[in-house]
Amino acid sequence: MTEEKHILTMLVDNEPGVLSRIVGLFSGRGFNIESLCVAETIDPHVSRITIVTKANEPLVEQIEKQLRKLINVIKLRDLTGSGSVQREMALICVRAKPENRDEILRIVDIFRCKVVDVGPEYYIIEATGTADKMKALVNLLKPMGIKKIARTGTIALFREPH
Amino acid sequence: MKLTGAQILMEVLKEEGVDSIFGFPGGATIDIHDHLERTDIRHYLVRHEQGAVHAADGFARVTGKVGVALVTSGPGATNAVTGIATAYMDSIPLVIISGQVPTHLIGNDAFQEVDIVGITRPCTKHNYLVPSVEELPRILKEAFHIARSGRPGPVLVDIPKNVQQGTTNFKPKQKVKLKSYNPTYKPNSKQLRKVVDLIMAAKRPVIFAGGGVILSKGAEELTRLARSARIPVTMSLMGLGAFPGSDPLSLGMIGMHGTYRANMSTSECDLLIGIGVRFDDRVTGKTDSFASQAEIVHIDIDPTSIRKNVPVSIPVVGDCKTTLEVINSFLAEEDLDKLTDSRGPWLDQIEQWKQNYKLAYIQEAEIKPQYVVEKLYELTRGDAIITTEVGQNQMWAAQFYHFDRPGYFVTSGGLGTMGFGLPAAIGAQVAFPDALVVDVAGDGSIQMNIQEMATAVQYKLPVKVVILNNCYLGMVRQWQELFYEKRYACTCMDHAPDFVKLAEAFGAVGLRATRPDEVETVLRRGLETPGPVIMDFRVAKEECVYPMVPAGAPITEMLLV
Ligand SMILES: Cc1ncc(C[n+]2csc(CCOP(=O)(O)OP(=O)(O)O)c2C)c(N)n1
Ligand SMILES: [Mg+2]
Repeated sequence: MTEEKHILTMLVDNEPGVLSRIVGLFSGRGFNIESLCVAETIDPHVSRITIVTKANEPLVEQIEKQLRKLINVIKLRDLTGSGSVQREMALICVRAKPENRDEILRIVDIFRCKVVDVGPEYYIIEATGTADKMKALVNLLKPMGIKKIARTGTIALFREPH
Repeated sequence: MKLTGAQILMEVLKEEGVDSIFGFPGGATIDIHDHLERTDIRHYLVRHEQGAVHAADGFARVTGKVGVALVTSGPGATNAVTGIATAYMDSIPLVIISGQVPTHLIGNDAFQEVDIVGITRPCTKHNYLVPSVEELPRILKEAFHIARSGRPGPVLVDIPKNVQQGTTNFKPKQKVKLKSYNPTYKPNSKQLRKVVDLIMAAKRPVIFAGGGVILSKGAEELTRLARSARIPVTMSLMGLGAFPGSDPLSLGMIGMHGTYRANMSTSECDLLIGIGVRFDDRVTGKTDSFASQAEIVHIDIDPTSIRKNVPVSIPVVGDCKTTLEVINSFLAEEDLDKLTDSRGPWLDQIEQWKQNYKLAYIQEAEIKPQYVVEKLYELTRGDAIITTEVGQNQMWAAQFYHFDRPGYFVTSGGLGTMGFGLPAAIGAQVAFPDALVVDVAGDGSIQMNIQEMATAVQYKLPVKVVILNNCYLGMVRQWQELFYEKRYACTCMDHAPDFVKLAEAFGAVGLRATRPDEVETVLRRGLETPGPVIMDFRVAKEECVYPMVPAGAPITEMLLV
């Protein structure tokens, strides 16, 4: 059976230890985590966790059931597919030699990124977009020399019905 | 009402109907123990915290109530972990109260501080570190609710010392509100219509019943279903007693040490109805070959159990008892008489397997362990509560003692915890002081929690320990004999204590049998003796448990006597 990426998003109690229950479930049962994002929602008692995992169909069913079984998981949805909006964010510190500066700014423009810090030898670029866009951006910047990179995992929301 | 944390605990325990607690004190529980002494709740002082949890577990298994254990911080809490994991694997409702260092010291590596909530996270149904006395009443109520509802399990509540001493306004009988926890009791009746159609159409149906049937108190409904629709029933180790073992429709236990007819009929059936089971690897063997000709119906209250190990045609999430009630009510509208004919050939085939391949052993000059269990069954007329240790002794108890009712067989199934049987027997005896409670033990396992004999003697709990003493860690030795060319590495236990003298040292009675003709006399004397007794049966050393399915093989590939 083929493994596919699944974006699981869940609302959880915003309490100490809840994240380790979830992460512990994944490590204890040998489930895979590709990325993980957590932050409080509008309700300070509730956080949203988004996990990207790779699994085949029966396994992802098992992962979802195991997550739902945790007392602190209030709601869970699989946001894989076109019904949702998905974004990642990255801060990329790229080497900016004088001969590369124009090219970098062109890329920044095309990808609708922002330069958020400038130094004599580098730019720090803020980028958001889908996982594919991030990958393409990183590939284009690589030849200039990426000094440092910080990336978030995927966050996602279901599109509201029109 | 202004109360301290320790007093609030007493109030909630009373509200929850707790009458017995198994515990061991320390610096972090002094306040709780101090208040406990002034209530009507009986506290049984064990000799090791593992014993406290197993005793609470045994109590819970025979009563269906939530068992309660109380341990101190640090080593007290870590000693409890094996007991908690044992209960978790077998879905036993427990509340474990642990003391913790005061909140301002948490994280400082304080004396006897351990992150027990972190340690027990994967082996509890849920757990709590109580942050303040104000939160205590809610958390305690939730703990009992979570432990006993849905698929039951152990819940740990870690109470820091300053929370025990702090005061707050206590409102009695608070309602539990958990927005994210709502187990599904009521099954989908459309699915059950399909199940009934399958039952009516099947030529070779089998019911496979597990511990979930016992936990949901569904044994009677199961028996009704099997008898009315003429479906033979096999049981997992945890399911023994869910259907009368002496009923002609009983196939006995399934799996690695299951009966020939149970394993064969599961492999050849065209409909397998799993109820309150989780298709553990000791049951299925090689999963590809398991029930490969059958439509599989799986009924369980825990959705994660379904489709975890085997593919299922009809999943049903619901309480076993409730589900069985609905199936029985649907079946009542069907023409059940016609099943008498259609089931005939199948039941004949099963009868043939039964006659040709009985559970058997060969009598020799030495005492055979199976003979001891057989005699025990005969002399107690199946009326004893049997607890077991782990290993061959456990399998022989499962095979040769027959269970007609739920709650009479208490064994560590999922975790296979050596040292479980004696403390569990103590817990069962506390629950039913007048019952005959017998721990069928191995010489290795009994040494793991033998200290609890002191507890039995102190509280005059007349548990009987039947040691099937083969001077070996027999089950491991059996694997070495069969699969490791008889290299008995580290399984010989010939430096055991003299169990008769040991019993006497504890203030109990010790008896010994070395020849087959002494077995009955020793059993009779032991069972008739009023207090706790250890009976040391010197049995054949290299006896093996048969049938045996090698790990990972299809369950039809049985090694037989
Ligand atoms: C705590 C623990 N440690 C190790 C094991 C592995 N184990 C399973 S059966 C067994 C042998 C038990 O020996 P004994 O109690 O003498 O029982 P017998 O098999 O001889 O009847 C062992 C060591 C276990 N189940 N539990
Ligand atoms: Mg032994």
